[in-house]
Amino acid sequence: MQHINDIEVLGKKATRDGFGAGLLEVGRNNSEVVALCADLIGSLKMNAFIDEFPDRFYQVGIAEANMMGIAAGLATGGKIPYTGTFANFSTGRVYDQLRQSIAYSHKNVKVCASHAGLTLGEDGATHQILEDIGLMKMLPGFTVINPCDYNQTKAATIAIADYQGPVYLRFGRPGWPIFIPENQPFVIGKALKLAEGTDVTICATGHMVWQSIEAAKQLELEGISVELLNIHTIKPLDNEAILASVAKTGCLVSAEEHQKLGGLGGSIASLLGSHDPKPIELVGVNDTFGESGKPTDLLDKFGLGVKDVISAVRQVISRK
Amino acid sequence: MADIAELKKTATQIRRDIIRMVNSASSGHPGGSLGCADIFTALYFEILDHDPSFNMDGKGEDMFFLSNGHVSPVFYSTLARSGYFDIAELATFREINGRLQGHPTTHEGLPGVRIASGSLGQGLSVAIGVALSKRLYGDDKTVFVLTGDGELQEGQIWEAAMFAPHHKVDNLILIVDWNGQQIDGPNDEVISLGDLPAKWKAFGWEVMQMDGNNMQDIIETVTQAKSKLGNNKPICILMKTVMGQGVDFMMHTHAWHGKAPNDEQTEIALSQLEETLGDYPNP
Repeated sequence: MQHINDIEVLGKKATRDGFGAGLLEVGRNNSEVVALCADLIGSLKMNAFIDEFPDRFYQVGIAEANMMGIAAGLATGGKIPYTGTFANFSTGRVYDQLRQSIAYSHKNVKVCASHAGLTLGEDGATHQILEDIGLMKMLPGFTVINPCDYNQTKAATIAIADYQGPVYLRFGRPGWPIFIPENQPFVIGKALKLAEGTDVTICATGHMVWQSIEAAKQLELEGISVELLNIHTIKPLDNEAILASVAKTGCLVSAEEHQKLGGLGGSIASLLGSHDPKPIELVGVNDTFGESGKPTDLLDKFGLGVKDVISAVRQVISRK
Repeated sequence: MADIAELKKTATQIRRDIIRMVNSASSGHPGGSLGCADIFTALYFEILDHDPSFNMDGKGEDMFFLSNGHVSPVFYSTLARSGYFDIAELATFREINGRLQGHPTTHEGLPGVRIASGSLGQGLSVAIGVALSKRLYGDDKTVFVLTGDGELQEGQIWEAAMFAPHHKVDNLILIVDWNGQQIDGPNDEVISLGDLPAKWKAFGWEVMQMDGNNMQDIIETVTQAKSKLGNNKPICILMKTVMGQGVDFMMHTHAWHGKAPNDEQTEIALSQLEETLGDYPNP
């Protein structure tokens, strides 16, 4: 098992580019895959799929509710539809359609959502949804996935085609470090241990995995040994991996680009509370809206910076 | 050639089922269900090429989708009477641990139901998706969807209305139950629907009209609609019905949209509806 300092940076690309590449590959491998988009083809990086499979793509226009219903219909007929739009319009805007036509109706729809969270940047709070993980994990039957880099997003995009059931796949806009090996298999619901450690467990998802790697490296210099779990699947949560790690380290920090209320941290706190009460600190947005700015500046301002992960670790260790 | 007399008998029995189901559940939506008994009968007993052994994907079959899920009594009775499940199960309507939920759902595995509906405005989009899947599979069968008229106040309907002509979804027949009533009163008092034929036409649909309580007209119009499929246009049939059709005190009013008749009212209603095919047994 690797040490935190063994994690190599392999390049830099946006997670949404990973989605685009994954969609093209899964389109080639599985003829049942079809795609829909609500006037955001370029933003979702769907061009390559559309160029190769024009007959398996539907431009829906700015009509997300209709897109979700059509996807439910395509799934009813036997297809595997992937919908593409921003995370805000993939969830909050269409919650009732997701609930009735997809979740309650058991439809095999893959809701693929880009530009999630603060790192959308300059467009500001109208588009920076920070509530989507909570909304989606509450829907019975939905699987919720938030991959952490280009390679993992690509692998997840491909893997969800073979899973029967509705999936929410959340990714983002900015270029971001790549550190998951290209050939790393994506297993839905299985936490990925990125570093072995003894003093604290960090459970991170999405862009916050990179922030946690940076934090862990600095903490290592202070002699604090971090066990880093990449929780790419928020639901179903890998209870076993989390409990095993906390049994060893005795405390936990969760990190997500999302509200503290209702996100990954809440799921883990609930798990620990009922199975193994240990100190936990949540890194997330504290019941507020985002704003315009550069992605990393926003992460720093709203409590999602590397420094915030570090201070949460110090705090949680002090409570052991 | 359709046996109109036989179809009318079936529709009358379905109306009896509706009254009995809603009465025994002490809740449900008799008005729209009674109004739609004729179109359901025409579809399931004459028009649809369907298989009651039921496959979810409906490949090689005509498929029907119900968007205004509150008329579940007419849907359930029709499905049972056409062989999807035993008519005895109609006695479990709206009961705990049952498959005949207040609004239709796939969640309990009831044969014949392919999508949950109840929250309005969603069924047309779903039907369009199914029609697209048929096109991808080279399946030349037809997708039918029924919506209410009050339901046309939902924005998603018009998103779907714009999509279908643009993408030339021409294996789809939308039927609107145009009874002019909704929960709070006549459409024209709640929110006017305006010139519906002109609206659908302006959106690019082939628009037809029929009397949804005249079996002969239903069969002729839907048959004609089918002959117009495959011409790059979706088809919308605006179907005039009378809410509560078949029970005199329930007709021409929104009062029975979502209200169950008591035992005495049920007796009067049933006296106006001949038992033609045998009632489902009392539990």
